[in-house]
Amino acid sequence: MTRENSLVSTQWVEDNLGADGVVFIEVDEDTTAYDKGHIKGAIKLDWTTDLQDQVRRDFVSKDQFSALLSERGVANDDTVVLYGGNNNWFAAYAYWYFKLYGHSDVKLMDGGRKKWELDSRELTDEVPSRAATTYSASEQDTSIRAFRDDAVAAIGVSNLIDVRSPDEYAGRLLAPAHLPQEQSQRAGHVPTSLNVPWSKNCNDDGTFKSDEDLKALYAEVGIDDSKDTIALCRIGERSSLTWFVLKELLGHQNVKNYDGSWTEYGSLVGVPIALGDEPGDA
Amino acid sequence: MCGATEGGLSLDGVNVAKEAIVQGQVLRDGEPVGNAYVRLLDGSGEFTAEVPTSASGHFRFFAGEGEWTLRTLAPKSDPVDRQVKAAVGSVAEVTVTL
Repeated sequence: MTRENSLVSTQWVEDNLGADGVVFIEVDEDTTAYDKGHIKGAIKLDWTTDLQDQVRRDFVSKDQFSALLSERGVANDDTVVLYGGNNNWFAAYAYWYFKLYGHSDVKLMDGGRKKWELDSRELTDEVPSRAATTYSASEQDTSIRAFRDDAVAAIGVSNLIDVRSPDEYAGRLLAPAHLPQEQSQRAGHVPTSLNVPWSKNCNDDGTFKSDEDLKALYAEVGIDDSKDTIALCRIGERSSLTWFVLKELLGHQNVKNYDGSWTEYGSLVGVPIALGDEPGDA
Repeated sequence: MCGATEGGLSLDGVNVAKEAIVQGQVLRDGEPVGNAYVRLLDGSGEFTAEVPTSASGHFRFFAGEGEWTLRTLAPKSDPVDRQVKAAVGSVAEVTVTL
C-alpha cells in the first residue's frame, strides 16, 4: 500500500460527494459528533455499539459485520472513505477493522473531521438513506491482529511500539488525559516496547506527516525493519493509526495491531511490566 | 457532551479528589466557540490529548500533576497556546480567547 491508495484529501472528498460507488463513513470517539453535523451523504458507525460485541470483549462476528454493512447500504465493491475526530483516531481503527474483515478498497480522509472543520467546509445534520445491500465479510485476517500471547512472545524479540502518550507509557497516567484516570489495571508498559506516541505521526491539523518525516521518526527510535512489529496502546484505537502508518503508508511487512492493548496486558496475572521512561529489559 | 454551568463545567459524577482537572472555555469576541479543538501538551511539548469544544465552547482534561500547555485550534484563527498548572484534587479553569 501507499499514500496514494490509502489516503484521500479533504478536497478529494468535497469533489466526490455523491459519487457512485463511494461511501463516506464517520467514526468518532465522541459518538455524538456525527449527530451534531457531518459531511453531506456520510453515514455513521458507532464504535461502541456497531463494532463491539455487546456482551464479551471482542469484535462483532463476521456474520454480524456482514449484516451491519448490508443494513447500512455498503457494498463489497464500494470505496469506503473513513473520517473522524482526533486525527482520525477511531477512523483509523475502523480502517483496520474493515481490512480485518477483508474489505478491499478502504481509505482515510487525511486530517479527518478536524481538517474538514478547520478548512471551514460544510457540515450537515441531514441523515442520508442508503438502500440495503448484501454484504459478505471475509474471515478475519489475523495477519494484522495480535493477541495477548503474541504480545508476551514479542518481548525482546519483535518490534513492540507502544503509541500511548509518554506519561501513560511511563506509568504516570493510566488513560489519555481527556478521560478519567481511575482504572483497574496496573500502570506501565510491556518491557522492551518503544514509545512512539501516535500523535507524532500527525501534523497539528490532523494530516499525516510526509513519508520522509515518518520514516525518520521510526528510524530514530530504532525500529528494526527486518523484524515483525506489534503496535499497542490502551484499547487498540490509537495503535490502529500507527498500524496504518507503518503498514499502509510506509509499507512495512508483518505489522499487527494488538487490540487488547494495555487494558488487557495491564490486567494479566504474572506478566512482566516495565515502569518509567526507558523500554526496560526482556 | 458537557452541560455548561455558571463559572465552568459541571463536575457532577467526577471524583475531583483523585483527578488533576484542567478545564475551561474557548471564546471569540466574548462568544463561545463550539467548533474549536483543544490539545493538551506535556512539559516537553508532546501531545497528550485533544478534545473538540462543546456547543458552549467548553473542554476538560484529566491531566497529571505538573505544567501543561493548552493549544487551541479553530477555523479562521491562528493556534493559541496557554500554560496551565494541574494538581490532583484541584480544578484549573482556563479561558482561551481567540
